[in-house]
Amino acid sequence: MGVATYIKDEKDAIKEVILQSGIKVKPVYTPEDLERVGFNYREDLGDPGEFPFTRSIHPLGYRSRNWTTRQYTGFGTPEQTNERFKLMISHGQTGLNVAFDLPTQMGYDSDDAMAEGEVGRVGMAVDSLRDFEIAFRDIRLNKIGSGLTINAVASIMLAMYQSVAEKFGYRKEEISATPQNDILKEMVGRGAWIYPVQAAVRLIGDTIEYSMRALPRCSPVSVCGYHIRESGCTPVQEISYAFEIAFAYIDEVVRRGYEAKDFVGGFTFNLNIFGNLWETVAKFRAARKLWAKLLRERYGVQDKKALFLRGIFGGGGSGMTKQQPENNIMRGAYYALAAALSGGQTTALCSFDEAYTIPTERAALLSLRTFQILMDEIGLRDTIDPLAGSYFMETLTKEMEEKILEEMEKVEKIGGMVEAVASGYVQREVSKQAYEYEKKLQEGKVIKVGVNKYTEGVDMEVELHEYNEAWARQQIDRLKELKKTRDGQSVKGSLKALERAAKEKKNVMPLLVDCCKDYTTVGEMANVFRDVFGEHKEPSIF
Amino acid sequence: MSERRIRVLLAKPGLDGHDRGAKVVAHALKEAGMEVIYTGLHQTVPSIVKQAMQEGVDVIGLSIMSGAHVPICRKLMSMVKKEGIGDVLVLVGGVIPNKDIPILNDLGVKGTFPGGTRFEEITAFIKENVRH
Repeated sequence: MGVATYIKDEKDAIKEVILQSGIKVKPVYTPEDLERVGFNYREDLGDPGEFPFTRSIHPLGYRSRNWTTRQYTGFGTPEQTNERFKLMISHGQTGLNVAFDLPTQMGYDSDDAMAEGEVGRVGMAVDSLRDFEIAFRDIRLNKIGSGLTINAVASIMLAMYQSVAEKFGYRKEEISATPQNDILKEMVGRGAWIYPVQAAVRLIGDTIEYSMRALPRCSPVSVCGYHIRESGCTPVQEISYAFEIAFAYIDEVVRRGYEAKDFVGGFTFNLNIFGNLWETVAKFRAARKLWAKLLRERYGVQDKKALFLRGIFGGGGSGMTKQQPENNIMRGAYYALAAALSGGQTTALCSFDEAYTIPTERAALLSLRTFQILMDEIGLRDTIDPLAGSYFMETLTKEMEEKILEEMEKVEKIGGMVEAVASGYVQREVSKQAYEYEKKLQEGKVIKVGVNKYTEGVDMEVELHEYNEAWARQQIDRLKELKKTRDGQSVKGSLKALERAAKEKKNVMPLLVDCCKDYTTVGEMANVFRDVFGEHKEPSIF
Repeated sequence: MSERRIRVLLAKPGLDGHDRGAKVVAHALKEAGMEVIYTGLHQTVPSIVKQAMQEGVDVIGLSIMSGAHVPICRKLMSMVKKEGIGDVLVLVGGVIPNKDIPILNDLGVKGTFPGGTRFEEITAFIKENVRH
């Protein structure tokens, strides 16, 4: 949950503050601290929009462009998801963030035995292009960008997105999709993996390589420190692991003969916001700067835009509590404030009921209003990087930077992130941190309001987003109907071609687009990869 | 003579991959002196029951976050009985709304531990309720 550890004396005065990243906060900071850490305005900050972008990637920050708000949306059937998309857009949301159900995320069709009880539960069910045609009906895909929360089968879903856009008459060059497409973090944290590490990283390489040529406005990878942080790591580890993951994907594409400068501008990051406010803001400032510096040093990237650490900063799921759920509305507002002070371009907020379920309509709208209040009423668009120059913030940013580099070195000693994940090193580190944190919480060494302090005894029940078995039946019926009416011969041919490309290590993306346009199902495509690549085995960490 | 250590199978049934809770509890039970076997992710009910039998465990702990706890537990409890290991203590943790706890109890799930339950509560419950 990310709050600092406080050591107090018998009179409740704070003796020591230790941030989760291990940095001790002093009671007061002066110019001497800046001198101690060797702070230099030009080198460490630069002007907004100038290398190393510590302050902002845009010269005018939120003045020139407000936040893109992308609440995580999607449930049940594509029809319901479409309705919710339109509702959120009509209330001023400027991008989509698509939630898929677990069978879709795991490459199973709705009628698969493995999908039982899960169809449409935590996101929308997608079996074929037909479902996308319904979900994105009347959405202007050349104006609204979509984040697709999909990883193991991200290549399939990116092909599906291109297919639906083309079906609607848009050109593939004008659509903007950001599939999450970060399988290494799935193996550390979120768990929606299918294929073995190497094959899975290769598929990501295919999407990056393909996007360079065919989908110039898409960001093929969103590297997620977010979920690793949710799984228990510290803010410093979150950035270190995210960067090492990004390097693993860069190296995969560089091995194919490309230069990082030609594609790394398409990378985005999904990073977490919760816990200590100062540590969070310093984390983002340090991360922006380090990313630019490391890309320049290690990969020779010079182009300014390719050095930007862009991304979605938000969420904060682990900060939310099941106890006293309405407190999460307040927490969300402060996390959104932290996101604004951190200079993120896109944001989303976990809704107050999200400790239980995917958000109800009311809760999702409250999150959207939170952003709107911050940007339109409170003054967060007034000036860029407002905490810059604070003795404390600049010292902390330098200290975070150093710690991030230290953690990165540990992963590099093992041989990089692919190795570190295959061997279970990162998973072990993260679960150890999660356990230590939970122990501190239970012992009262870290404080969480409503959980281990100011408790009320009785848990308030929140209105839950209900699951309806009828959705699954409707989805399965549609799938049956589809299989009867589509051109079976053509599907067979497309799947055969896909299998050949997978075996011959050719880029699978054009073949996936062919499959999608033939109404081949997600399960059919995913099973081709299952047959060719096999499945991932978790390393034992206990 | 030393007492035999309590053997616990911690399982993640279904497709949900959020395993922070399962891993944290695994650490806690180990620290409390129990033997913990963790199944890893994406397990089916038959594979969990099979592992429970092979490993001769005293406890099956399920960690479920997706909201599918009722259908999963219904299936598991009927299979456990059918396979003749009905005396194994079955526990569930995760995102479990209060209103579902009586339903789970009726199915034969002895203990329900929503996220945030204190470790000592879980370990004490196991020690008290495990077959002797």
